[in-house]
Amino acid sequence: MSEVIRIENLRKEFGDVIGVADVSLSIERGEYVTLLGPSGCGKSTLLRMIGGFEAPTSGTIWLDGEDVTDLPPNQRAVNMVFQDYALFPHMTVGQNVGYGLRVSGTPRAEIKPRVAETLSLVGLTDKADTSPAELSGGQRQRVALARAIVRHPKVLLLDEPLSALDANLREQMQVELRNLHNKVGLTFIMVTHDQSEALVMSDRVVVMRDGRVSQTGDPVSLYDAPANSYVADFIGATNLFASPVKASNGKIFVSCFGQELEIDHPAVDGVPAAERLFGFRPEKARLVRANGSVPQGNLLKGRLENVLYHGAMIRSVVVVGEGRILVDTLLDDTFDPARHAGTGDEVFVDIDPHKIMPFARDGAS
Amino acid sequence: MRLATRNRLSSGGVLSLPLVWTFLFLFIPYAILFIYSFWEKKFPTFVPAFQFGNYLELMVDPQYVRVLLRTIKIAGLVSLLSLLLAYPYAYFLVHKVKRPGVKLVLYMAVVLPLWVSYLLRAYTWKTILGTQGILNSFLVSTGILSEPSSVFLYNQTAMVVTLTYVFIPFMVMPIYAALEKIPGSLTEASRDLGMSAIQTFVRVTLPLSMPGVIAGFTMTFCLSFGDFIAPFLVGGPDGMMIANVIATQFGAALNWPLGSALALVMLVIVLTIITLSDRLQGVGRGKYA
Ligand SMILES: Nc1ncnc2c1ncn2[C@@H]1O[C@H](COP(=O)(O)OP(=O)(O)OP(=O)(O)O)[C@@H](O)[C@H]1O
Ligand SMILES: [Mg+2]
Repeated sequence: MSEVIRIENLRKEFGDVIGVADVSLSIERGEYVTLLGPSGCGKSTLLRMIGGFEAPTSGTIWLDGEDVTDLPPNQRAVNMVFQDYALFPHMTVGQNVGYGLRVSGTPRAEIKPRVAETLSLVGLTDKADTSPAELSGGQRQRVALARAIVRHPKVLLLDEPLSALDANLREQMQVELRNLHNKVGLTFIMVTHDQSEALVMSDRVVVMRDGRVSQTGDPVSLYDAPANSYVADFIGATNLFASPVKASNGKIFVSCFGQELEIDHPAVDGVPAAERLFGFRPEKARLVRANGSVPQGNLLKGRLENVLYHGAMIRSVVVVGEGRILVDTLLDDTFDPARHAGTGDEVFVDIDPHKIMPFARDGAS
Repeated sequence: MRLATRNRLSSGGVLSLPLVWTFLFLFIPYAILFIYSFWEKKFPTFVPAFQFGNYLELMVDPQYVRVLLRTIKIAGLVSLLSLLLAYPYAYFLVHKVKRPGVKLVLYMAVVLPLWVSYLLRAYTWKTILGTQGILNSFLVSTGILSEPSSVFLYNQTAMVVTLTYVFIPFMVMPIYAALEKIPGSLTEASRDLGMSAIQTFVRVTLPLSMPGVIAGFTMTFCLSFGDFIAPFLVGGPDGMMIANVIATQFGAALNWPLGSALALVMLVIVLTIITLSDRLQGVGRGKYA
């Protein structure tokens, strides 16, 4: 693997607004990278600077070893799939796909077969002579994809490519996009604000916040070891709480909404410290019915407020002191509804001390 | 239920008013013209008849054909000149002016003169181009001319200039609207796919703004085609247009039948142009997907 894109201290200011604040990033050839973050965090601006549609205030973009920072879009070997697809309404599907080949020195005789080949890659062989207006949303999406990959760009940029599709089609297109990536072997950089989409599709996720990169990593490490509470909260659900650290008898304890919990995580150093943030994933905890006696474990006592049915699992909302703790329970064969607590019941939340993650208070690390 | 009935009644009322209006003030006058066009000129006035003499005269007498061709030429030149001036202006407004306030002011600068009386606007050019006018004073004061010249006024060029000035808002408005409607992502996509800014303009912006160009061309052409004030104010002897001839037939010449026939020929020409332009629009219209 080699580096195809290198971004150094890239910054974009719109007057007083800072769109992207000194981002540095390196992307390997063939990678599927997503830029993930809430609205306004600068994902599109970063992508548009790579595409050449926004001029950076400062910083450098290297494409395959060449400094392309000041090159116009038509002189960069990258192509973009626009959020609104941006299909030319006065051209047929085939003309749209062939558009980019007309300037790239492709012999005329070669354009037609290349267009046909690319259209078949996205499953639209029979639509070459159709007008884009006659296509469904998913089909337009595919035309936009075909038009962008037909030029074999070094990097394919996608700005929220699936956001205009309904939920079912969206899931189907996620798989198709991923397959397409495997098939064509191009480097994909995709913008999304949907964390599950980012986890499903990418080799690597770049989580952004306020124009900065908050954390970069593969989906598993982002989920299992979020670098800060912001990432923990944004990717998947996390029960977050602030607490000082207390050591006694060689064990370390934190307080979760007034109740003591043992924590045993390598990143927590045991030196009693001022308040820090801690959190654990809902599916790492276990819900135990009170039944009059106190069970064994690392426990929080609370009252079951609500049970949310999610199909493959249920999410229990437990009131613990001032806060609410989420516990996810997988609905597999071992699940017995008769033994599950009902709303209003006294319950215990059992959490493994290893599964509680410490975070710096300000979310910086 | 009652509400629905009332709605239907009121919508019927709303619709019928313009219908009655159109019937009274458009259809009936044209019907009268149509009838007159078959009447016969009998000195000193004219008498009812059914004959095609008036139409025949229009075809045979070369002076009418000449005026008609001149009118088409002048209207065509006005539309062309308007287009050449209006397109870059509208493009500049849509793509180069970033501040919305400035954009509004520059747009209004074109549209606002429409609120000023047409006659006044046409008359302005008489004062600019005349022997006592601004142009002559300037040329004389800078020494380019030794004495005021009369070549600027009372000719076809003066008419084209005046009519362009008067009707150019009708070219700017539809082109501006068409350009404004083109999503920015389309030009970006074209650049992204390797086209230069100029290639992008030729292949994307221009074709997609054609509906505006056609609409503007149709309006400026039809408006100047039927104009009779500019020829009257700045046109001079060789500047007569078809509407002036019609006015003369209904006035001094007292030949209403011939005037009616001419008016109907004009109507047919204008309707043909509007129909053609509508067809063209249908062909060029791309729906933004
Ligand atoms: N052309 C512009 N002019 C002024 N400010 C801009 C411009 N483009 C973006 N911004 C600002 O820069 C910041 C980042 O915008 P950007 O579009 O990159 O966000 P995003 O992460 O893509 O958000 P979204 O998910 O809503 O698309 C925002 O505060 C936005 O208001
Ligand atoms: Mg965006």
